[in-house]
Amino acid sequence: MGSNMAEQHPVGFQWVVEAKERGAKVIHVDPRFTRTSAMADLHVPIRPGTDVAFLGGIVHYIFEHDALFEEYVRRFTNGPVIIKPEFRDTDDASGFFSGWNPDHSAYAIETWGYAGTSGETTAGKSEQQADVSGEAAHGAHGMQLPGGEPPHLDESMQDEHCVLQLVRRHFSRYTPELVSEVCGCAREDFLRVAAALCDNSGRERTSAVVYSVGWTQHTIGVQNIRAASIVQLLLGNIGRPGGGILALRGHANIQGSTDIPTLYDILPGYIPMPHPQSHPTLDTFVELNGPDTGVWGDLRPYIVSLLKAWWGGAATEDNDFCFGYLPRINGDHSHYAMMLKMLDGGVKGMFCVGQNPTVGSANSKLMRLALAKLDWLVVRDFQPIETAMFWKDSPEHEAGEVRTEDIQTEVFFLPAAAHTEKDGNFTNTQRLLQWHHKAVEPPGDSRSELHWIYYLGKAIREKVAGSTDPKDRPILDLTWDYPLVGQHGEPDAEAVLQEISGKAADGSFLDSYDDLKGDGSTSCGSWIHCGIYKDGVNQSARRRPHTEQNWIARQWGWAWPKDVRIIYNRASADADGNPWSERKRYVWWDAGEGKWTSLGDPPDFPATKAPDYEPPEDATKMEAIRGDKPFTLHPDGRGWLFAPTGLVDGPLPAHYEPQESPFTNPLYAQRQNPTRQVFHRPENPYHPSDGEPGADVFPFVVTTYRLTEHHTAGGMSRTVPYLAELQPEFFCEISPQLAVQRGLEHGGWATIVTARQAVEARVVVTDRIKPLKIQGRFAHLVGLPYHWGGVGIVKGDSANELLPLALDNNVHISEYKVATCDIRPGRRPRGPARLALVEEYRMRAGVHQ
Amino acid sequence: MTLETTSWPSSYGEAAKPRMGFFTDTSVCIGCKACEVACKEWNQVPDSMQGFTGNSYDNTIDLGADTWRHVAFIEQRVPAGVLDGASLVEAVQRGEAVDGGVQTYQEGDGFRWLMASDVCKHCTHAACLEVCPTGALFRTEFGTVVVQEDVCNGCGYCVPACPFGVLDKREDDGRVWKCTLCYDRLKDDMEPACAKACPTNSIQFGELSELRERAEHRLAHLQGAGQQHAQLYLADDDDGVGGAGAFFLLLDKPEVYGLPPDPVDTRRDLGTIWAATGAAALALGAGLAAAVWGGER
Repeated sequence: MGSNMAEQHPVGFQWVVEAKERGAKVIHVDPRFTRTSAMADLHVPIRPGTDVAFLGGIVHYIFEHDALFEEYVRRFTNGPVIIKPEFRDTDDASGFFSGWNPDHSAYAIETWGYAGTSGETTAGKSEQQADVSGEAAHGAHGMQLPGGEPPHLDESMQDEHCVLQLVRRHFSRYTPELVSEVCGCAREDFLRVAAALCDNSGRERTSAVVYSVGWTQHTIGVQNIRAASIVQLLLGNIGRPGGGILALRGHANIQGSTDIPTLYDILPGYIPMPHPQSHPTLDTFVELNGPDTGVWGDLRPYIVSLLKAWWGGAATEDNDFCFGYLPRINGDHSHYAMMLKMLDGGVKGMFCVGQNPTVGSANSKLMRLALAKLDWLVVRDFQPIETAMFWKDSPEHEAGEVRTEDIQTEVFFLPAAAHTEKDGNFTNTQRLLQWHHKAVEPPGDSRSELHWIYYLGKAIREKVAGSTDPKDRPILDLTWDYPLVGQHGEPDAEAVLQEISGKAADGSFLDSYDDLKGDGSTSCGSWIHCGIYKDGVNQSARRRPHTEQNWIARQWGWAWPKDVRIIYNRASADADGNPWSERKRYVWWDAGEGKWTSLGDPPDFPATKAPDYEPPEDATKMEAIRGDKPFTLHPDGRGWLFAPTGLVDGPLPAHYEPQESPFTNPLYAQRQNPTRQVFHRPENPYHPSDGEPGADVFPFVVTTYRLTEHHTAGGMSRTVPYLAELQPEFFCEISPQLAVQRGLEHGGWATIVTARQAVEARVVVTDRIKPLKIQGRFAHLVGLPYHWGGVGIVKGDSANELLPLALDNNVHISEYKVATCDIRPGRRPRGPARLALVEEYRMRAGVHQ
Repeated sequence: MTLETTSWPSSYGEAAKPRMGFFTDTSVCIGCKACEVACKEWNQVPDSMQGFTGNSYDNTIDLGADTWRHVAFIEQRVPAGVLDGASLVEAVQRGEAVDGGVQTYQEGDGFRWLMASDVCKHCTHAACLEVCPTGALFRTEFGTVVVQEDVCNGCGYCVPACPFGVLDKREDDGRVWKCTLCYDRLKDDMEPACAKACPTNSIQFGELSELRERAEHRLAHLQGAGQQHAQLYLADDDDGVGGAGAFFLLLDKPEVYGLPPDPVDTRRDLGTIWAATGAAALALGAGLAAAVWGGER
């Protein structure tokens, strides 16, 4: 669901094909019939943005059909935990959970907590406001829970305030009929999916869920994934071979750039960025970023080792290991927040590395207007992409809105090396790192990111050398001493990997994060990656073929944490440590040896902690995790059916309509996610939704996506002849029914209009797009691949011009997957007439600039 | 199964290698076109921009001098009875398709999207090779059919000789180009670029005899799983081209994929044709003679 795996991850899809050959059933639930659907046993089309309703229906089905994996749920999840009686579910409040503060558009989360706990997150925060991101991240790692044990439990899971009963009641209205009404799929098709999933789960069998940006790019993106987590926990499909939830990332190494982040709000290994007021010292940071129990209980060794990796000898006990050198964040500095600040003149310069926001970001025009406010812009890419050319060539130039001579931004273009021209790592969906070696030197002036950032850092250090200004100390004290290799003086990527992996005081390599110390005697650039250079060997460069080892393939690459291939794999054994079944044997307790053993994967659990281990009352860290609790990243070691902290929009997923929708929400009076992040400003108008005046001006649902033949915003494919020719033109995919309704001709042209922009595309009329009957009328879909732009061998309008900024406030990802639009035959007007057309639509819809 | 051709292995003696070929199992093709791109990259085939075709996701159109692998996309509504002879739009106007289910074909009815990667067939009876006057086209020690670019004089005889329309002259150079089954890679014990790049093993490379066995098993498996129209194409020594070095497993009739249902070696009837021509010449000669003689009378 939410994934077009065959098209976007064709290499990984070979394993799905192989599984299918071995008898696995492949089900594809997706608005469109794609190349993935073509390979599936069953394709069920749903309306974009209704995944929570579909998954909630499966939860309902599990309860109705007694398909729950009872023992797994009781022992491994927070199903038996009693939640505070003050908690109110959405049904009691027309779509709001308890704690809603309309003035702040945010939830106070005291009532979501475990009964008997203080009701505060670790940061002492009572309100989950994601735009104070340093603090919001705390909740993601769980709350303080003395001794690691929820205060009140009902092992029978019958108490009306226990999590399992809350989950059951919450989804009681998600009946097959409701699923059909919301999603538009046939009730029978939904039931087939639910039955197939339940039948294929339990002691003997497991099922896996695959998702991609079809789930994340929504105003309820995180809750889509939460809903899948609930399904998989109820069915006992986590931590077991063949199970899991697989997030296929948008392109190569997005996972790696999350783990060692290019994100603004976390440090390597998901350590939150410090907050300026809350975290004056290392001690307060560690104290407020707990929890004390579980793997996160060792935050101090992780952060101290990170500080030692960055500032080396300068980081001492006396100066808080240079904790004061870390940047602080006090607000939302995510992509769109930054671009809006740029638009308002609040950003002077930008490095744009491996990103093409004028094609890849929603509301492309707003992106370009923002870029024009910069003093300087550096674009590093293979080709001068649209973002590098915005000053010279854009729809605004065509429409006469903008003149090149009026744009003051100084633009620098730096050619980048391709992955074949540099050493480094790719991290894939199951946290597996695979080293790639440089095959050839980069041509001309092209250089790797490592080269660029190293020499940029060097130049800055030279500029501030000898400075006595304290603000320059963090730069001057950095360990910036990588060996240089090759004809271009390239910093040695393996030396960086060694720093990431971690070293003891004597310079020897560490085995795992268990070796990290909080006293400054170890250094480690990313605690979750500790041990990737174990024994002085680049473990991620291991390449023993699968034919020479068992199917776990431990000798291929390296997975974080601790080279564990299936995370939480203690859950593959029952509470007593025995395999759930012979067929699904993976990790089990060897009572004779007194340790966990496995088919070859390292047990993701303390090696000698017996299944019946019970912690002392005041235990902390991993000592506080019981022998039958596999989910060690949580303070209670349990999988969370109900999330008491960490989310801004509720402890349970609820179906909300997208920001723009031609339909009402049959479940709740509150139509959309109340915590979604919206920006009401003239450059970013929203359409009226169903029932509001003017909604019928934009009667159709538009969704955006990619094609196998192109890569994201096209910089790596529209510029390559062999790829460009495979999908040379921007097209829209529509059903025959919509073609008739709007007079659109296959192979002809259509103009797609929103209050943001009008774009033109070639028309593809196809049975692969099916109108769905929703609330008594047809929901028509306009499908748009988003790869095109104004630069390259093949050019065209960009689909993302059409979309508004409407974000999931947990993670600030925009709703690329659904908005409303109109579609009409023929090419779009040229010049100022294009603006006039959009303006006419705005007037008719009552959308005022 | 004989697999022998007129010149392989006999003309190679001890230098003959096993006959190598492709088994393209279209049932696992995901239409990624990696084969098309890998082929062009390895063989330095020029790009061949054809523009937007509107023919499903196929913008390559056909095999040709600059396209040695081609992935066909067929959007198929099953059962087709409702739509016979009508376009999708016409069907809707007739109100017949509104409630048509969109389900995968495997589940019974509805809709399916077939994808198949096509290539030169490297026929057992390769007419192209036989009609080539310069010897540019030859049978390699692997039993494959290759054009030697430094010998081809661009006469074009092979073009109409191919029953599949594979052979094609490159506009700007006049010579004929086609799949070599990566002859250069084979010589270095490497598999062809397309097979190497195929993520789902839809394109399988190997000894033809072994591929044929594998294909029989695969066909039996699919038929057992309810794919009633699954069939092997060009895997039969008795077909019109004597079987091919590149054969296919299709999920429907060959013509659905744009492949000739009953291809024949275009020289098959040459004997009869020459005999008829001879007879005609004789008859003409006799007539002329009669006329001459008659005229003298």
